[in-house]
Amino acid sequence: MKKVSLKTLIKASQIIGMTAMAAGVSIANAADDTIKVGVLHSLSGTMAISETTLKDTVLMMIEEQNKKGGLLGKKLEPVVVDPASNWPLFAEKTRELLEKEDVDVIFGCWTSVSRKSVLPVVEELNGLLFYPVQYEGEESSYNVFYTGAAPNQQAIPAVDYLINDLGVERFVLAGTDYVYPRTTNKILESYLKSKGVAEKDIMVNYTPFGHSDWQTIVSDVKKFGSAGKKTAVVSTINGDANVPFYKELANQGVASEDIPVVAFSVGEEELSGFDTAPLVGHLAAWNYFQSAESEANDEFIEAWQNYIGDEDRVTNDPMEATYIGFSMWAEAVEKAGSADVDKVRSAMYGIEVPNLTGGTAVMNENHHLSKPVLIGEIQEDGQFEIVWATDAEVKGDAWTDYLPESANLISDWTAPVNCGNYNTVTKTCGGSTVAGE
Amino acid sequence: MLSVIQRTVLLFACVMYPVVAGADASPEKPNTALHAIAQELIDAGFREKQALTERLTTIEDPNTLKFMQVMVDGDLYYRKDDRVIVINGDDAITSFFTGKEVVLKSKRDIKKISVNNKLRIVLRGGIARLQVFSDDPEQRMQAAVNLLKSADDLDPETLEQALNTEKNTDVNEVLLLVKGIRLLDADNEAQRLEGISLLSGSLYPDVRGALANFQRSAEADGRTTELQAVNEAIEKIESLLTLNSVAENLYFGLALGAVLLLAAIGLAITFGVMGVINMAHGEMIMLGAYTTYVVQQLMPDHIGMSLVVAIPAAFLVSGLVGIAIERGVIRHLYGRPLETLLATFGISLVLQQAVRSVFSPLNREVATPDWMAGTFMINPALELTFNRLYIIIFSLLVLALLALVLKRTLFGLQMRAVTMNRPMASSMGIRTGWVDALTFGLGSGIAGIAGVALSQLTNVGPNMGQAYIIDSFMVVVFGGVGNLWGTLVGAMSLGVVNKLLEPWAGAVVAKILVLIFIILFIQKRPRGLFALKGRAADMG
Repeated sequence: MKKVSLKTLIKASQIIGMTAMAAGVSIANAADDTIKVGVLHSLSGTMAISETTLKDTVLMMIEEQNKKGGLLGKKLEPVVVDPASNWPLFAEKTRELLEKEDVDVIFGCWTSVSRKSVLPVVEELNGLLFYPVQYEGEESSYNVFYTGAAPNQQAIPAVDYLINDLGVERFVLAGTDYVYPRTTNKILESYLKSKGVAEKDIMVNYTPFGHSDWQTIVSDVKKFGSAGKKTAVVSTINGDANVPFYKELANQGVASEDIPVVAFSVGEEELSGFDTAPLVGHLAAWNYFQSAESEANDEFIEAWQNYIGDEDRVTNDPMEATYIGFSMWAEAVEKAGSADVDKVRSAMYGIEVPNLTGGTAVMNENHHLSKPVLIGEIQEDGQFEIVWATDAEVKGDAWTDYLPESANLISDWTAPVNCGNYNTVTKTCGGSTVAGE
Repeated sequence: MLSVIQRTVLLFACVMYPVVAGADASPEKPNTALHAIAQELIDAGFREKQALTERLTTIEDPNTLKFMQVMVDGDLYYRKDDRVIVINGDDAITSFFTGKEVVLKSKRDIKKISVNNKLRIVLRGGIARLQVFSDDPEQRMQAAVNLLKSADDLDPETLEQALNTEKNTDVNEVLLLVKGIRLLDADNEAQRLEGISLLSGSLYPDVRGALANFQRSAEADGRTTELQAVNEAIEKIESLLTLNSVAENLYFGLALGAVLLLAAIGLAITFGVMGVINMAHGEMIMLGAYTTYVVQQLMPDHIGMSLVVAIPAAFLVSGLVGIAIERGVIRHLYGRPLETLLATFGISLVLQQAVRSVFSPLNREVATPDWMAGTFMINPALELTFNRLYIIIFSLLVLALLALVLKRTLFGLQMRAVTMNRPMASSMGIRTGWVDALTFGLGSGIAGIAGVALSQLTNVGPNMGQAYIIDSFMVVVFGGVGNLWGTLVGAMSLGVVNKLLEPWAGAVVAKILVLIFIILFIQKRPRGLFALKGRAADMG
């Protein structure tokens, strides 16, 4: 046997990096009497854990719509591709969906980096993407409808709740090291300072993706929290890193009464992976919780559990965002009398569909929704108890008012502005405008 | 506030409570203040509940303590049709006021009286004020520690009474701290200074918080003598904390080292001893973790026992898969490291997707037994988490056992012989092919055991193996290929260095620094910390 040097190891790992690309599966079946719906969610790789659920949600919605007779007398035909949690592959698969499959609409993406990768392709080929996940804002594309929360629909109200209802004066902003937490924390830091929170009362901490050793950070949080002021953790920790984080919180005995943790990326599905008994009382901010009491929600949960064939399967916020996005698109197609992208887009503005928490969601001219914001406390059964909600629906703001570089920007894709980042002071439109202008 | 006599009556009533509850005389809807408040709680929103709960904590009723405990645990429910208050216990649903079992047609017949964080704070304060007179010293200790948080709500007579009756010195110490926190709010300077001297040197976070607040107000009002005293007290606490945090970081480092060690031991065999670059090593860990999950599903009532059963089960599952991989793929690729690497990488993807298809891409829940939860408290600022403690011990046990197998058994002897000189071993009658397969199986099996331990720390999902593969290679290369002792020292030193760097560099930078350090180290010593010497090393 030969001993292997480190050099060979490195060389070999480069080869692997280049060759490791999984191919996606697509159902190709061109027929003129169908409306094609592209589904662009990772079914393998790291993000499969979250995105598979959304693929199933879209397929369920399509099935239900077809049972009702489809749209405009045509059946809906799903085209499922697997971008395999590989960001460049997202762009390739989008091109495939739009050019080869000629789909009329795409539901897809989860991470911001995958959306950024898809963006130039949908803009070039004039596609239509519905993006269902909460994100950092600072973007508004003519070709994307954002049905997840913008920062002012999740982060800002959550911090308001901490300050006003729990009397929190000291904040730990803990996040995974990538664009969504970094931007959100930047916005929050500037918002907190505008509320009179001192620099030394804010601790910012970033950890790598999939971080699993939280001992030091949790211990630091405990120390930070013993300065005589009520302290809370605002967590933008993403994905798999949450389980070891919450386990460590429980092990080191950080009780929600002493230092509550409010999370923006932890929902029912993430909690289904572990025992929540030691976490009771920690918080999450979303626009939807499975525990919301409304008839539409009961029906949705029942339909979902029947579709998936599992009575314990949970629902979550990105599923509601997918539900709202799909319902809006279906209504817009009916209204426009065509599945043509430009006609559907014009029909989208001002469209209202019931959301699952008992109100209505409205699509605004900036391609963002008006939705209620809810705060929930984790319960022993892995569900959330809703402890606070905004009085009215909050309108999604594409460009945050709390960062100097975007404070003057607005997005309005209708005449006369017709711009995704219109500067209200200089009266100019920066970057991409409506195609053809 | 209640008088001392009322308190005593209440206390007596609390002690007598089991006798009262045992009697079957109490009616379903007793005409008591407690019952009235319970009925109000049913309809109240969280805002009204706040006031109701504050009232609740002062109600003199033998059942108040129990009511608050059930409520804070989230077990307090009511039946929708007749508004009877019930306890939704683990085994049965019983009426709160009569103790009789309640039979329900459906789980939906009862609804929870929900609590939120603010209510829990009020309730815990209320419970602590009653439990500080409990017969159980542990409960009194818990109560006293909780009183530190709500010291202001405690009336002075109760505190004095508790201090006078308390025989346990530990509890007494904490009660004195409660008194100290209260004295910080006193009207005259002498008392406030006495408060500071009582609190000086205590490591409880709440004490430090109270002193920090006092410091701010003293500074604002310009009370110089007090400011000086409180500054000294805080400085004393800070210097004690610094000492503790060094000890704590060392412990964290050892704990991280133990995880690295567990993940790397198996690789020290397959890569270190056999020279196979096994990219599917992480998936062997994952298989071990999933085996733990399956074993727990099979014996849901014995969580602690299931972990013990899972250890050999995981060893077998991962070991057998390892042998299959060796016999099926790797043995055709000996001497071709690049192909081995690609093939095992492919296998790792196959295993991941297989698990995704069989168990779904969602993480699986592996329960933690009670004896692994919680902390071992050395002082209020230095607590060692039990699960890490067990994992440190467990990793050392696994390593010792493996060393024993290698050094003391026939199989170990054959394995070493094959590694050192294959043709000679073969000519001595050793079936080298089988030794290869079993060695690979042993390495994989140990990775499986690591999976059992890791299932207690992190998520059990299809990707979990990938998180450990880089770290494992890092440890083995750093420690010296083919050397178990090197793996131990390598894992522990990398863990400790990482954790000592983390507080001032942050998690991301600490990890980068460690990697840079290893690159530099490997330049200097390509064979790692403990290189094999002599002929064995040259034979390769």
